[in-house]
Amino acid sequence: MTEIFGVPIQALFGQLMLGLVNGSFYAMLSLGLAVIFGLLGVVNFAHGALYMIGAYVAWFVMDRWNVGYWWALLIGPLAVGALGVVIERLLLKRLYKLDPLYGLLLTFGLALIFQGVFLQYYGSSGQSYSAPEQLSGATNLGFMILPNYRGWVVGVSLVVCLGTWFLIERTQLGALLRAGTENPTLVQAFGVNVPLMVTLTYAAGAALAGLAGVLAAPVIQVTPLMGSNLIIVVFAVVVIGGMGSIIGSIVTGLVLGLLEGLTRVFYPEASNIVVFVIMAVVLMIRPAGLFGKEK
Amino acid sequence: MNWLGTGTDRTGKLAWIVVLAILVLAPFLGIYPLFIAQALCFAIFAIAFNLLLGYTGLLSFGHAAFFGGAAYVTAWLVHAQHWTPELALVAGVLAAAAAGLVVGLIAIRRQGIYFAMITLALAQMLFFFFLQAPFTGGEDGIQGIERGRLFGVLSLESDLALYFFVLVIFVAVFLFALRVVHSPYGQVLKAIRENEPRAVSLGYNVDRYKLLAFVISAALAGLGGALKTLVLHLATLQDVRWEQSGEVILMTLLGGLGTFAGPVVGAFIVVGLQNYLSDRAGAWTGVIIGVIFVLCVVAFRKGIVGELLAWQKRRKAS
Repeated sequence: MTEIFGVPIQALFGQLMLGLVNGSFYAMLSLGLAVIFGLLGVVNFAHGALYMIGAYVAWFVMDRWNVGYWWALLIGPLAVGALGVVIERLLLKRLYKLDPLYGLLLTFGLALIFQGVFLQYYGSSGQSYSAPEQLSGATNLGFMILPNYRGWVVGVSLVVCLGTWFLIERTQLGALLRAGTENPTLVQAFGVNVPLMVTLTYAAGAALAGLAGVLAAPVIQVTPLMGSNLIIVVFAVVVIGGMGSIIGSIVTGLVLGLLEGLTRVFYPEASNIVVFVIMAVVLMIRPAGLFGKEK
Repeated sequence: MNWLGTGTDRTGKLAWIVVLAILVLAPFLGIYPLFIAQALCFAIFAIAFNLLLGYTGLLSFGHAAFFGGAAYVTAWLVHAQHWTPELALVAGVLAAAAAGLVVGLIAIRRQGIYFAMITLALAQMLFFFFLQAPFTGGEDGIQGIERGRLFGVLSLESDLALYFFVLVIFVAVFLFALRVVHSPYGQVLKAIRENEPRAVSLGYNVDRYKLLAFVISAALAGLGGALKTLVLHLATLQDVRWEQSGEVILMTLLGGLGTFAGPVVGAFIVVGLQNYLSDRAGAWTGVIIGVIFVLCVVAFRKGIVGELLAWQKRRKAS
């Protein structure tokens, strides 16, 4: 078998693909964080918990009502988005005039609550959820065997990310959103219902996290802790990319996933921490992040 | 009641002496000394955290790394290298200070929420280091640590001796924090908290001040963690997890941010609550802590001591 730097080429591409899958989740989650932060000024610590809930919704509807994956792709984001509406209307709304740190603390508390409730009911062991038949199996690409589901995850995430980018940067609605980020009072004066826009933005960010959760359910074990481990890496991704740019979060997420995959091949012990090391290096060289602007 | 907030003035000093007298007598009044000792360790941790958030305005979301990291260093030195407890404590504190210097240097390059996210990420990196490092015992942690003899002479094995040892250190930390906050250095920190650009324009090297505050805070957090290993005979991954970083934030917030009594009150309440809930509530403990967190942020931002102070102020005014 062909080898590169002493690593079988199949294993290398396999890990790179896995890295790309993880990168897709980083991209979707950091995108949601960036959208929410842009309009609400809140760093949503509960984002990991919302992702976890998305995965549990998929598992739950399958387990209880035998509702399959394709419906879960719709139900998961809707359920998590609805939860987002409740969170924003009930709690976050009260904090907008305060230091943004309070938003972080509030959502941290929410993350503890969600995680605790799921731990209480489902324990820390994982639930398995299998991919639908249409996406099981694998395709031989010649240089590697590609499990179909992984290819699907990367594809969907790319479409969703680019779609979000298009929506925000190229449409009328996106223009309103961006204007709301700059000057909410003025946008309100033009007759736009800004509070509703804020609620829906948070719900949309939450729904993105929920969708990522449903997509992740067949590739990882569904556990109450799956979100909290991920959210910290995503924070590092956000710091590296800078939260100012949508394309920035997508590219940074995917590239860091790939780098993590490479590390897993060549120096597995460091694969858990490589993102954090890169973050430290980036901060030393470009404190505002790769795509951020120094204020 | 101003003493609760500033820790000074005459009635205040008297009140603190009363509190100290209660703490000295507590073990003889039937209160389990290890419980108070444990709460005092967390109080040291919360005081350290409050120095940073309450007086400098920096929210570190990774303080567990210093608390738990120092715990590991001290535990390993006492357990595997048979150092005497005081030397191991000093080594633990120095390790925490060194880690604080590195994390601080990286994190102060950004402000506000970015600072919080960076400290969280770096602390998670240290968590993985402790998870994989050979000397920490992985998921089991370091258990069965003997407390040894202070200076090779005084045995700390009796709970009462250990309690007074912890109490002495707590009082020293408290007085030290008081000194720092009321020193000219502490005034500059407050100026940075209130208006950083203004402090810069007045000619202060803001980054140096922030970094020193971060190192002091990390070192004191380490002292709390290192003491805790002696109290509970163990150092585990629990101490370096992000949940632990959140807990110290909760203690400070619940007690009262930027007040002197606040972190101590908060630490006693949270530790007491956890001890009470641990056999009764299981995983609900995390939920209850989360609910208190949310309530604090939404409706109770001044914390217990802060509300007391505000209430007294209103009464004086009317």
